[in-house]
Amino acid sequence: MGAFQSVPNEHDFQELADKTGFSLEQIRNLHKRFKQLSHNEDTLRREDFNTISDLSCNPIRAQIIEAFFDKRNFHQDAEGSVQEIGFEEFLTVMSHFRPPELNMTEERREAVRREKLRFLFNMHDTDNDGTITLEEYRHVVEELLSRSGTIEKETAKAIADAAMLEVASITMGHMEPDEFYEGITFDHFLKILNGVEIESKMHIRFLNVDTTTMSCHK
Amino acid sequence: MPSRTLPRVAAGLRSASERGLLALLMLMFLAGSVLPPGAASSPDLANRNSKAGHDHCQPSQELPEDRHNATKKAFPVLSFDYHHVQKPFEISLWVLLASLMKLGFHLIPRLSSIVPESCLLIVVGLLVGGLIKVVGEKPPVLDSDLFFLCLLPPIILDAGYFLPIRPFTENVGTILMFAVVGTLWNAFFVGGLLYGVCQIRGTDLGHVDLLACLLFGSIISAVDPVAVLAVFEEIHINELLHILVFGESLLNDAVTVVLYHLFEEYAGVGSVSMVDVCLGVISFLVVSIGGILVGTIYGILAAFTSRFTSHTRVIEPLFVFVYSYMAYLSAEVFHLSGIMALIACGAVMRPYVEANISHKSHTTIKYFLKMWSSVSETLIFIFLGVSTVAGEHRWNWTFVIVTVILCLVARVLGVVGLTYIINKFRIVKLTTKDQFIVAYGGLRGAIAFSLGYLLNEVQFPTRNMFLTAIITVIFFTVFVQGMTIRPLVDLLAVKKKQETKRSINEEIHTQFLDHLLTGIEDICGHYGHHHWKDKLNRFNKKYVKKCLIAGERSKEPQLIAFYHKMEMKQAIELVESGGGVKMPSAMPSTVSMQNIQPKKPVSDRVLPQISKGREEEIRKILRTNLQRTRQRLRSYNRHTLVADPYEDGWNELLLKRQKIIELEKKVGSFETPAASRSRWAEMTKMSNYLTVPAAAPDSPTMSRARLASDPQAYSSKPGSDNLPTIKVDLASPQSPDSVNLVDELSKRAGQGEEPDEDGGLVMKVPSSASGKDTKEDQNGAKDQQRLMRCLSDPGPSADEEEEDEPFLH
Repeated sequence: MGAFQSVPNEHDFQELADKTGFSLEQIRNLHKRFKQLSHNEDTLRREDFNTISDLSCNPIRAQIIEAFFDKRNFHQDAEGSVQEIGFEEFLTVMSHFRPPELNMTEERREAVRREKLRFLFNMHDTDNDGTITLEEYRHVVEELLSRSGTIEKETAKAIADAAMLEVASITMGHMEPDEFYEGITFDHFLKILNGVEIESKMHIRFLNVDTTTMSCHK
Repeated sequence: MPSRTLPRVAAGLRSASERGLLALLMLMFLAGSVLPPGAASSPDLANRNSKAGHDHCQPSQELPEDRHNATKKAFPVLSFDYHHVQKPFEISLWVLLASLMKLGFHLIPRLSSIVPESCLLIVVGLLVGGLIKVVGEKPPVLDSDLFFLCLLPPIILDAGYFLPIRPFTENVGTILMFAVVGTLWNAFFVGGLLYGVCQIRGTDLGHVDLLACLLFGSIISAVDPVAVLAVFEEIHINELLHILVFGESLLNDAVTVVLYHLFEEYAGVGSVSMVDVCLGVISFLVVSIGGILVGTIYGILAAFTSRFTSHTRVIEPLFVFVYSYMAYLSAEVFHLSGIMALIACGAVMRPYVEANISHKSHTTIKYFLKMWSSVSETLIFIFLGVSTVAGEHRWNWTFVIVTVILCLVARVLGVVGLTYIINKFRIVKLTTKDQFIVAYGGLRGAIAFSLGYLLNEVQFPTRNMFLTAIITVIFFTVFVQGMTIRPLVDLLAVKKKQETKRSINEEIHTQFLDHLLTGIEDICGHYGHHHWKDKLNRFNKKYVKKCLIAGERSKEPQLIAFYHKMEMKQAIELVESGGGVKMPSAMPSTVSMQNIQPKKPVSDRVLPQISKGREEEIRKILRTNLQRTRQRLRSYNRHTLVADPYEDGWNELLLKRQKIIELEKKVGSFETPAASRSRWAEMTKMSNYLTVPAAAPDSPTMSRARLASDPQAYSSKPGSDNLPTIKVDLASPQSPDSVNLVDELSKRAGQGEEPDEDGGLVMKVPSSASGKDTKEDQNGAKDQQRLMRCLSDPGPSADEEEEDEPFLH
């Protein structure tokens, strides 16, 4: 929460490394990037993200940026969003994208999976009421399709509706006509994404060395 | 009968034993007297395999003097001229034998689940070869030209065209590592140590020189795609392992080609200088990159051609085959890697071709590819068996045993060592189990045999010994490893492939994740995989698709394409389940739109539009699909195709559907896509009919058709309700002809809704349409609605997905 001093020392980095699981080199790299984005300030604002040119054509740009300011993603029991984040928060959000470790135990794997899915879930559940409602889901699909040119809103809606129906039928089984499916809860979210190996898919490669892209054998 | 001075194969085939074996068939032929000409002409049509057999049966010799045995006597009322049809007749016999064998194995219960098909086919080949030999004829040998030019391409094209691009590109580093470094290692390890063994006194192998050993090593070290496909397809291993082993077997072709030519070249000279090694490395780059380039060029050409085929749909599939074959041949002309060219060609053209061609052409392509590759594969294994009997063997215990052991050791060491390196770079590490399966799955096959067969006997006096050893290694890997890999996979609890259909939710979240990861990478400021993939995608969408795909579809985003495909599938499922053997009395899930709809009225629900032409197309497909009965073959691997009976169960089907609809009405629930899907899932479980994994996001053309009907079954009560809470979405366009089909119902339902075809989609029925009228709507209109929807919801049939990714089965 607290702003980090401009010139962080190794000790702080070590602390962060313990907290987030990044290596010191990775933290150093990310810190460099943080400074670059924030124009050498201690905190990062939404506007700073808007300056990233590559991000501008990302269809879900708004959600991504919002995720960085969402308190739920800071490993604290807090809700709501903040206006600016320090390096620690930045790092915490980034830590959701760490690659899985080798030889995880089943429990650990499950925990990682839950944590990553929780992050995704929070991105969809914008009003933080514990469910992704139809409206929210429609919004997600609309955003996804938003960069594809001339897509009618209705198509997006139809897709979201179909997806929602699918969730309802997978999770609820039989429903009486007058029952109402509130929305996707986290449990249901876990259930529908059972087939996606999120724990091994949701990661990016954080560089250990301070170079530009290395060619990597994946 | 013609004289005995005939080519060896011909003689072999005409032998009494052969005829004894196939007496029944020939009887059939003769009785019908239709088949000989038919069979004779079949290879000329388009069947490369048959041509293959053709080339094979008469490798080079032509004996014209035997041909003219026409008589000048009385006009023969019935004449016998076997010569005339001999070649095609024999080819057909071989193909028939292969197909019947394949058929037979799967009639025997449980056999195919214990022994891999490839093993059985080899055994059959051995038996047939033995029979031919017993009667004193010379059995045919798997000719290399035949193999490389005719039998191999269909299999590789099948693999390349249906290559799962995503896992392939995600693991391309690992695959290349195994394919290039692994194969090199294997070749030199086996070759080098073999030479060492040969130098040991007392082995009687002192005359084998180093280069010959290395050549042998390079032949024997390459993992064979045909064998791997045959075995891995049956064990349903998880996607990662499958693509690792299979990808390796495809990409190591370049290494094998270069090593082979290199060693063959220098075997005569006897010494290799440093320059030659450098040239070899350069040659490798040229061979592999050149192959890919050739393939890509032809792939783009094919895609571009398919843009203009909308008026001549009939020959559409041909372009795919011919361009691919041209790619292969063009690559072979320059001794580039033909396999890589084929793979590149198939993979490049597929997304664009699929968007351009019609649904039927797409199905045709799939069926033909499968048919060809299946027959080729069968013939290859049978010929392997026959060739074993036919060839001259020089059995040298030391050499053979040492080869087998060295192959195993090299493979294990190579995989373990390379994985150690690769795991440093991989994010998802390969576990010990994975390594074991990758090592164990390194099967050798007919490519090695054909390369060995190509060796010049004069230049390599040890050729026969090499061939014997190669065959032994092939048999060892195919029989021992091929048969034990399935129990081992079970024993080790290696993760198997999940045989679930990809749901729309998964698709949405996969795409969401892609964009998310790209975004996070951008924020991190370094350009990783996702960044470049995104760039490539955008480039593809912006420029390439516009050039290569005709019309609107070029702009269709993946998600929508996927959605349309799903829609169609559901529609078909709905229809098919109606015609099915079982009345869905136990509907597992009945969730409908108003279960998820917020209770407030929604007024802007509009359904996607559909063009008249498209609708007609859809309807046609639907009609064909409706007539399909549910008798399906159990699917056992990629070659199994769904029976496509054009049966006339239409009326019966219709009646059944009406019953179902009435039933549903009583249940008071709405058929929803979700419901139908889950019901479908249940049914498939029962019928064991759907065994396919995730459907590819880039769906076949037809599935992109914008379906008029919304998947949600909104029902409406035209002109009857009094609770105007929700507005009604007319589920589907109702066309006159569908109405005709169900006219009793429609009469009952009243004419409230009979819009013109285009108007049906966006039907807002302001007052008449009624609110959450779901519960007990006994109005006939509903039936009609639902029925209409059933009838006009078409789509690619359910078998679509059975074939859609057959390749990873």
